[in-house]
Amino acid sequence: MRKLKRREENPKKQKNNKIFSFHNNRSKENKENQGNTSAYSGELEEAKVKKDGKNREIIHITYMFVGLFVLVIGYFSYFMISKSNEVINNPYNKRHDLLAEHIVRGKILSADGKTLAETVVDDKGNETRLYPYRNMYSHVVGRFSKGKTGIESIENFHLLTSNDNAFVQIFNELSGEKNIGDNVVATLDTKLQEIAYDALGNQKGAIVVMEPSSGKILAMVSKPDYDPNEINSNWEKLVEDKENNSALINRATQGLYPPGSIFKILTVLEYMRENPDYNDYKYNCTGEDVFNSVKIHCYNNESHGTVDIKKSFSESCNTSFANMGTKINMKSFRELCDSFLFNSNLPTNLPYNPSSFTISGSSNVNEMPQTVIGQGKTQITPLHAALITSTVANGGVMMKPYVVDHVENVNGTVVKKYMPEIYKTLMTPEEAQILTSFMEETVKTGTADALSGKKYTSAGKTGSAEHQDGKRPHSWYVGFAPAEKPEIVVSIIVESAGTGSAYAVPIASKIFDAYFK
Amino acid sequence: MINLFTQISKYLNIVIIAFYTYNAFRVFSLTDKDKKDKIYRKMKRIIYLFHFVCYVVIFLNTSSLKVVELYIVQVAAMSIIFAIYPWIYSNISKLLLNNMMLLLTIGYVMLTRLNFDKAMKQFAIATLSIVICIVVPIIIEKIKKLQKYGWVYGALGIAILLSVLFLGVSNYGATNWITILGFTFQPSEFVKIIFVFCIASLLSKRQDFKYVVVVTVLAAAHVLILVLEKDLGGALIFFVTYLIMLYIATSQPLYFFAGLGAGCVASYLAYHMFSHVRVRVAAWRDPWKLIDNEGYQVSQSLFAIGTGGWFGMGLYQGLPTSIPVVDSDFIFSAISEEMGGFFAILLILIYISCFLMFVTISMKIQDLFYKLLALGLSTLYMFQVFLAIGGVTKFIPSTGVTLPLVSYGGSSILSSVIMFSIIQGLFIMNQDRNEKIEKKRRKSQKAKK
Repeated sequence: MRKLKRREENPKKQKNNKIFSFHNNRSKENKENQGNTSAYSGELEEAKVKKDGKNREIIHITYMFVGLFVLVIGYFSYFMISKSNEVINNPYNKRHDLLAEHIVRGKILSADGKTLAETVVDDKGNETRLYPYRNMYSHVVGRFSKGKTGIESIENFHLLTSNDNAFVQIFNELSGEKNIGDNVVATLDTKLQEIAYDALGNQKGAIVVMEPSSGKILAMVSKPDYDPNEINSNWEKLVEDKENNSALINRATQGLYPPGSIFKILTVLEYMRENPDYNDYKYNCTGEDVFNSVKIHCYNNESHGTVDIKKSFSESCNTSFANMGTKINMKSFRELCDSFLFNSNLPTNLPYNPSSFTISGSSNVNEMPQTVIGQGKTQITPLHAALITSTVANGGVMMKPYVVDHVENVNGTVVKKYMPEIYKTLMTPEEAQILTSFMEETVKTGTADALSGKKYTSAGKTGSAEHQDGKRPHSWYVGFAPAEKPEIVVSIIVESAGTGSAYAVPIASKIFDAYFK
Repeated sequence: MINLFTQISKYLNIVIIAFYTYNAFRVFSLTDKDKKDKIYRKMKRIIYLFHFVCYVVIFLNTSSLKVVELYIVQVAAMSIIFAIYPWIYSNISKLLLNNMMLLLTIGYVMLTRLNFDKAMKQFAIATLSIVICIVVPIIIEKIKKLQKYGWVYGALGIAILLSVLFLGVSNYGATNWITILGFTFQPSEFVKIIFVFCIASLLSKRQDFKYVVVVTVLAAAHVLILVLEKDLGGALIFFVTYLIMLYIATSQPLYFFAGLGAGCVASYLAYHMFSHVRVRVAAWRDPWKLIDNEGYQVSQSLFAIGTGGWFGMGLYQGLPTSIPVVDSDFIFSAISEEMGGFFAILLILIYISCFLMFVTISMKIQDLFYKLLALGLSTLYMFQVFLAIGGVTKFIPSTGVTLPLVSYGGSSILSSVIMFSIIQGLFIMNQDRNEKIEKKRRKSQKAKK
């Protein structure tokens, strides 16, 4: 092809001048041509001059089309090299089942090398998918039959692809044996998962444990759960869901809850951004106050006395926050929350529900007092709460959460490694530092003081989210440890249990204790 | 064992077709006739080998004797065509003939794998088309008055398109099919060719501004009727073909860019006026979001291409039938899935090789009418390939056009074969004339001596 182009270029250069000279009297010439086709048959020389009349334009068109197709081939190759892996991993791709005819599905392993899911083949060649930890990973590792979920779904393609030695593969193909699919190694740590799972006990709720510097999910628990080994026999019962357990839902990523006081992390950040003199902030809490026409109570009507901004935060003083709320611009508050991924997609391939924050510039000011203390219409998932907390712990940079560390072939050679990815810088390191100091105060003297006096330092925020009259509030805790160099973030919700201090903080304590043992 | 052969065959096919493609470009740099003929023979042998390998795989996977019968008949037809064409026309372009036969063969193989009955039909129609079109080069060479009927072609084209608009039936959302005597066909496939004749004839006469405006109105009428038929791919092909022919005829880049600008405005208006345009664009932007409805076809196509990977799954190892209309508009995805991404790129290169030959022929012709005719047909052909492949790979929104000579469809095959035959006619005409000139010169040289 290149040769052809070169060949064309030369006449083009040589004949440029001639082309221009023809330009004006071309139509005349053409008429001559038509009337008299045989006239030039004898005069090769003259014909040669004439035929070049339009060839410059034709060469332009040729370049244009060849260029267009270079783009098509380029795009096609780009798709094959860097897009196709992600595309074909889609659960809608029916071709996965074809792969299963040639491949024994690979294992899912924990970061510490324990088997979370494996396919066992009996003498007759029947395959069974086994989950040794039964209920413990039912949501995050997911299930294989009845619609794949969790890692079983997002890594389906890799589990059904073999990167074993090529000779072994050809040998197996020849002898009609199935090849062994690649193993997927999760970021999950069995020790932390077990502690978190046991700590939640029989309560409904969810726990997310992650590494703030990388976005690795270390543990993810959702209860009620089910045994994926028994899914086929229990399916009807789980779908029917007489007890309203929603056991099939992964509450950690799909459960939408009012955030309660953990939302004050964002409220106080917005207040600081709008009021640089926040250090001078003072408010006298009497346990109850009216803002616009909305009455706000502190928990149990407890009066906190005169509080500054730090104490308002660490004591989770509702009236003081509602007071701050009167000085917050609703439009920029909305922008802040949107930047923290409310009302939008989370950077994860696990199925999730987007959190919502409904205040906007045109909202009624009477919505603000409830909204700034995390009540009102705001809803958040435990994973999202973990991401926001991680952002504080990671100096203002939000990392994309991920549950799979790498894919390796049956011999343990790494085939694909997932790397930590930055989502965005959402606050300055100074802002993150100030928020950390507030959250530390919560642990030292405030609502999470059950975590003080440990051999590790930590920082956090409790929440007691009212959700239904006559029911106890959802108990929230988000926090990280160590406070000065965070290694681990927790986001815990216990449904309808009571205060964050009483129910969620002790779970955080167990997880931290286990991690720093 | 069957699986092993299927797997080996896919690598083999990529290697031999890569060799074919290399030669399809190499001949452009050669001038020696004997050397060229040697390469053409090599290419012919590769076509037979490819055809054989594929049918062995198909037979192993289906164990159907009908496949063997079809294979034998196809080989017979192929050898007759390869023998008869050069026998009638000594100056035929063997590169074009080889490329045409290879593209048809790739189509036969894929269709036999997808749907045996359609493959039979395709083969019958293609063979019949080639037989009929044997006369086309003679017509082109001998009938000198072809260039006189510009307005007649225009009127004929408009009349056919209008009759389709009012009497046509809808298929896949576009009203561009018509049924006559039990045969359903797509008249726009033929109007395309008439249109190129029309524009070539008109623009070869005069190129002054007033005249160009009148011709543009005529061309715009074609495009508009196609838009009303909701045949967006067709409308685009007509539009681009006209623009390029206008540019060649007038040598005015201004016309070209003004036309391009007008096209952009028209696309913008079409986007806001027609919901089916918006649907296509939405499905192109994010097929995953619309995967259950409008995006289904494109996402299935991408699954096919992606899962197939560079080397393909092997014939019968993929799931191409999950793509709606896979045998026609989306056959490229099926080829990529089962024969591999490398093979798909080679296929594109073979199309480019045809195009370069078309353009070379156009450049060698001196008469403006025939020059425009050759270039118009090249554009028609190449732009259609672009729309077809760009659409199924999500490079551009899908417009629902067929891949010339490969996709299933009688009208599409017949019109593509006619196009190739016309170009062959132009090539032969040019060669014959050169030979005459050469003879005369030799005579005069002898006389001088």
